[in-house]
Amino acid sequence: MEALTSILFHGLAYAMILYIVSVGLSVTMGLMGFVNLAHGVFAMAGGYVTVILMNRYAVPFALALAIAFVALALLSVILERTLYARLYGASELDQVLFTIGLIFMSVAIVRYLWGPLPQPVHLPHALSGQLDFGFRTFPTYRSFLIAAGFILIALLWLGIERTRFGAQLRAAVDNRRMAESIGIDTRRLFSLAFALGSGLAALGGGLGADILAIYPGYATEYLVYFLMVVAIGGLGSLRGPFIAALLLGFGDTACKYLVPELGAFFVFAAMIVLLLWRPAGLFGRA
Amino acid sequence: MRSWTSAVAAVCMAMGISTAGFAQTVKLGVVDTYSGPFAAVGELLDRGIRLYVKQHEKDLPPGVKLEIIRRDDTGPNPEVAKRVAQELITRDHVQLLAGTVYTPNALAIAPLATEAKVPFVIMNAGTSMITTKSPYIARTSFTMWQSSYPLGAWAAKNGIKKAFTAVTDYGPGIDAEAAFTKGFTDAGGQIVGSVHMPLQNPDYVPFMQRAKDAAPDAVFVFVPGGKDATSLMKTFGDLGMKAAGIKLIGTGDIATDEELANMGDVALGVVTAFHYSAAADRPANEAFVKAYKAEFGADQEPAFEVVGAYDGMAAIFHTIIAQQGHMDPDKTMELLKGWSDDASPRGPIMIDPETRDIVQNEYIRRIEKVNGALANVELETMPMVKDPWKELNHQK
Repeated sequence: MEALTSILFHGLAYAMILYIVSVGLSVTMGLMGFVNLAHGVFAMAGGYVTVILMNRYAVPFALALAIAFVALALLSVILERTLYARLYGASELDQVLFTIGLIFMSVAIVRYLWGPLPQPVHLPHALSGQLDFGFRTFPTYRSFLIAAGFILIALLWLGIERTRFGAQLRAAVDNRRMAESIGIDTRRLFSLAFALGSGLAALGGGLGADILAIYPGYATEYLVYFLMVVAIGGLGSLRGPFIAALLLGFGDTACKYLVPELGAFFVFAAMIVLLLWRPAGLFGRA
Repeated sequence: MRSWTSAVAAVCMAMGISTAGFAQTVKLGVVDTYSGPFAAVGELLDRGIRLYVKQHEKDLPPGVKLEIIRRDDTGPNPEVAKRVAQELITRDHVQLLAGTVYTPNALAIAPLATEAKVPFVIMNAGTSMITTKSPYIARTSFTMWQSSYPLGAWAAKNGIKKAFTAVTDYGPGIDAEAAFTKGFTDAGGQIVGSVHMPLQNPDYVPFMQRAKDAAPDAVFVFVPGGKDATSLMKTFGDLGMKAAGIKLIGTGDIATDEELANMGDVALGVVTAFHYSAAADRPANEAFVKAYKAEFGADQEPAFEVVGAYDGMAAIFHTIIAQQGHMDPDKTMELLKGWSDDASPRGPIMIDPETRDIVQNEYIRRIEKVNGALANVELETMPMVKDPWKELNHQK
């Protein structure tokens, strides 16, 4: 029982990071049909901004996260306007080659700037140690991740379901031509959604820095997990990636725990079965 | 008339060649990981090479020049390692090979070293049997058995009765598990469970929880150094294993000097067996650490990978100096066999004349706070340990 709660708890914390980083990828891929493999680069860059602001300039954790979000959202708009926009409507292969190229460049740039070793992460004192929940204690940092994850999900849901921007976004994902013909500026919408997605990735990178280490290989090492969340969840939805992240977080953790010799393969087997059953993902439209 | 001028030209050319011949250039091909996600370790090896060359280039005989040709194997990619080694041998005509962070890469190059008779100095890869794969291989780094086997014996003698082993599922991990288990059970310990963890593994919670459930006195761990070690250490703390009275022990890979700063106080008390720590107070090491910091920055600590490459260059320089730059592969191997250095940063070392593998002190270290920072403090020294795997299996 004690082991089970422990697995559930840690699986949930892991799922939250996967979700926060990946949800933006799902939206931009669903909305623009753009295969952005370089999404993890924004998460990595967000991690670097957060950690370096904290270590070198003693910026508080929350403020560093906010700066990372804004900085990467802005940077992503610049990249979107100058680079990505040229490849809208290009073949998927071109997009894949382009974004893989971006990954390699980012790896080289961060290696040049900050060296090849993982960045040391010094969490604020309030987040280290254990938190007493009455029936047992859990690590404070992971509890914080879960709470932060749920808050972000609530905000996202409100933003997409309850605001004008959200309604336009949903309309554009559903039927881009129709949305354009009733006067929605999808071009502007794309830029905003791209900025939001990249900002969220940066936030995920910063929040999760103590679990997914911030080092130059970040964007390639974790790419598989981000893509799995999107593939299983389906493109263009908020709910899909969440369920997929939970499945991955719980499933991966539980199976590695229960059958360690095979556990590492579980998530991949699960993905194959799921995609055979629903090729567009759990909540995607074929 | 024409024949006369061409004859002069021919003589001049011949002289030109022969004067060039006075300057003896020795070509060393280095196969190391310079790009991709594993470039961090490759950089450490290269720093060891650069530092040694910078300090000792002046020791080369007059007229002898060392040319180092670096090639990138991009990570644990044996095909790439083999291809670049082949190019180094056939195109660049290197007389010596060195490098490889990873075992599979070293194994891929071994047959080439044999076929082309190019001595190959292993500067990092630590699987025991590598040196048995070519008579032209010598190693200056370490073997997994060298640290894990004595640690097993030490653990059994120091109040640890039940142990759980958790290792990364590849060559060195399997070696570490086998060696620790042998050393521990031979000394009366009992293994209560074991688990192999995948090489690509973002979260260590499930494996450490399993270890915790088995309620051992200690968990023996091997993971490749770097971020995985830090991640594992943090998980160990997060799951409250230290508070539950479980000790964490392992090879020095889980407590590399450059990662200690990232680990936090949970690492305090972790015991590892290894051949090098930057915190060691031998004069040779203190001078080495000082030179390293002067070269690469005051906040940098040399790690075992740096030392493996640094001593590898020392062995290579020894062969170049002894032959005055006229390199003969078999002579080079004879010079490497039995080569020793009493003042390596890690203490006295020797290349075993029989197995061509490194013989060195193993230190049992505990992570403690020294001047406010975590450091590997040496508790016990096991002098001049030969690779136990070869000793136990009578391998050469």
